[in-house]
Amino acid sequence: MLVWSKPWRLAAWALTVPLFLVVYGLPVGVIVLAGFSGQWNDILPSNMTLVHYSRAFHTDSYDALKASLLTGVLASAAALLCGTWAALALRGMRGPSKRVLDLLFFIPSAVPSVSVGLALLVAFSKPPFLLNGTTWIVLIAHFILISAFTYGNVTAGLARIPADCEQVAESLGARPFYRLRRVTLPLLLPYLVGAFSLSFALSMGELGATVMVYPPGWVTLPVKIFALSDRGAIFDAATLATILGVATMVVLLGLSRLSTKAMVR
Amino acid sequence: MAQTAVVERTPRTESVVSPAATISGGSRITFDNVSVAYGALTVLESLNLTVNPGEIVALIGPSGSGKTTALRAVAGFVRPSAGRILIGDRDVTYLAPYDRQIGMVVQNYALFPHMRVEENVAFGLRAHGAGEEVIRNRVPECLAIVGMSAYAKRYPRELSGGQQQRVAIARALAPKPQVLLLDEPLSALDAQIRRSMLDELAKLHRDLPNLTVLYVTHDQSEALTLANHIGIMRDGRLKAFGESQSLFRHPPNRFAAEFLGRANLLPVTDLRPDGGQMARVRFGQAMLSARNHHGIPADKECLLCIRPHDFRFSRAAEEPNSISGTVLSVQWQGDVQNITLNIGGEEARMTSAPMANPPRIGETIAVHFNPAEVTLVPEDAGRG
Repeated sequence: MLVWSKPWRLAAWALTVPLFLVVYGLPVGVIVLAGFSGQWNDILPSNMTLVHYSRAFHTDSYDALKASLLTGVLASAAALLCGTWAALALRGMRGPSKRVLDLLFFIPSAVPSVSVGLALLVAFSKPPFLLNGTTWIVLIAHFILISAFTYGNVTAGLARIPADCEQVAESLGARPFYRLRRVTLPLLLPYLVGAFSLSFALSMGELGATVMVYPPGWVTLPVKIFALSDRGAIFDAATLATILGVATMVVLLGLSRLSTKAMVR
Repeated sequence: MAQTAVVERTPRTESVVSPAATISGGSRITFDNVSVAYGALTVLESLNLTVNPGEIVALIGPSGSGKTTALRAVAGFVRPSAGRILIGDRDVTYLAPYDRQIGMVVQNYALFPHMRVEENVAFGLRAHGAGEEVIRNRVPECLAIVGMSAYAKRYPRELSGGQQQRVAIARALAPKPQVLLLDEPLSALDAQIRRSMLDELAKLHRDLPNLTVLYVTHDQSEALTLANHIGIMRDGRLKAFGESQSLFRHPPNRFAAEFLGRANLLPVTDLRPDGGQMARVRFGQAMLSARNHHGIPADKECLLCIRPHDFRFSRAAEEPNSISGTVLSVQWQGDVQNITLNIGGEEARMTSAPMANPPRIGETIAVHFNPAEVTLVPEDAGRG
């Protein structure tokens, strides 16, 4: 505890809570309220309505939600698989080759998403790698953007697994795959769940690369929100933003419970 | 539930691992000129050591002496840069750890936190492909050996340190290894539990007399309690090896004498044979008798090795083998009294039963020893 005296603690709270409400709570509150607004000409909205929510679940916005969820789950699952594989493979390596590969896996996190989108457009717009206009290019874009974070999370998790557990497993006769399946991966589970959660949250909010590569049949929710706000349909955009936030939160809360359960063990 | 010591005697039956995989030539562990190096740094140098079947050999030494490296080389987690390691007649130097048929217990227990106690114990059996019926019989048997039957359904986090260590031992024993490697298994436990676990380990070995144990520790009392033979290591080399009592009574060099039992080493001169294994030596003005167990020749420099408990208070300075010293400190430690003396410029420690009137600091007292209980140690061996 940095502040020991009670009056100073109260003062710290009195400063922090309003600051938090203004910086974080106010924008979120405005978005949520806007989703229920028929009009907003004064300090507070008027003509409260559910029509934006009705529209959100009965038009192509619903398809966008499904596309976002599917993209998030598939890209995160692929990133988790590859990130875990890479982290496990690099764990046993030593020397410069490990450092080079490590850097390579982290590069996507340093490249702006727009650059990734542009690079994919250029790379996959001509045969034999013609992916432009397909769902695959969106999935690949998301995979590239989130894989570095997945790799980083799993690597950090592997570093925290006690080496003794795995060595004792081997001494007990466990062959590498058996050890991986029965010891390493279960011990890594909280970090895997954490990696998946982070990847999923990043994918759900990804816009920069997606807006450059998305095909007409695979519009994600952030792209839809961007398009609606660009057209001036702010209330509809706010509704979708709320739905996007809630959907992401629900998945993350579920994953967090799973992670906590794994951690407790 | 109160813990009982190692409780049920369990007859050793056939190995759980396939008969074809059992070790020929018994469970002897042989280090044949084994060296381990990391680049230019040699951490284990030309180790030659044999642990006979059914024997407990303890490797002791300070941190960085190479004792754990030696154990890990047997386990297969460290690859020797030279030499061979044999288990029985089988050269296991380049064999993967999972093919070595060993049991291993480490300092921090390393129980699998996501498995219940019974699943932990069954792990090795399952890894070896044992059938469910074998597992159903063997797991309770192993838990009974270590007195943990009542805890089968618990997770490791629900057990105390001592209980976790018992489970770790049961887990290592479950696949019926012929070799058990113990890497400082008690060092994470508090003193009281450590003493009781030490008794249990001794009992366990009495119950499983065919089990060959390599025990690594930095605690000499663990080594002396458990081991048939002790190896003392320093700087990657085996400095002394021998039967535990003999090594304690007759350390072959200065390092062994100091490390095992913190002996007092007084430089003596004028060594003269005095019949049989006995010799007379000069310490200052005094002529003292001691055992010349190592047959040190008359012209050689040597040290008189006296254990702190071998000193006794003399009634008179003229008593045979009596030397005088000034009291530097007196420490009461409950069941013993530690007294530090300055004897002829050398600092010496003695222990005695607690006294109502211990000597005062600065007081000059006379102490003596039984010549049969002290030994001469060559001065040059074991240095550096």
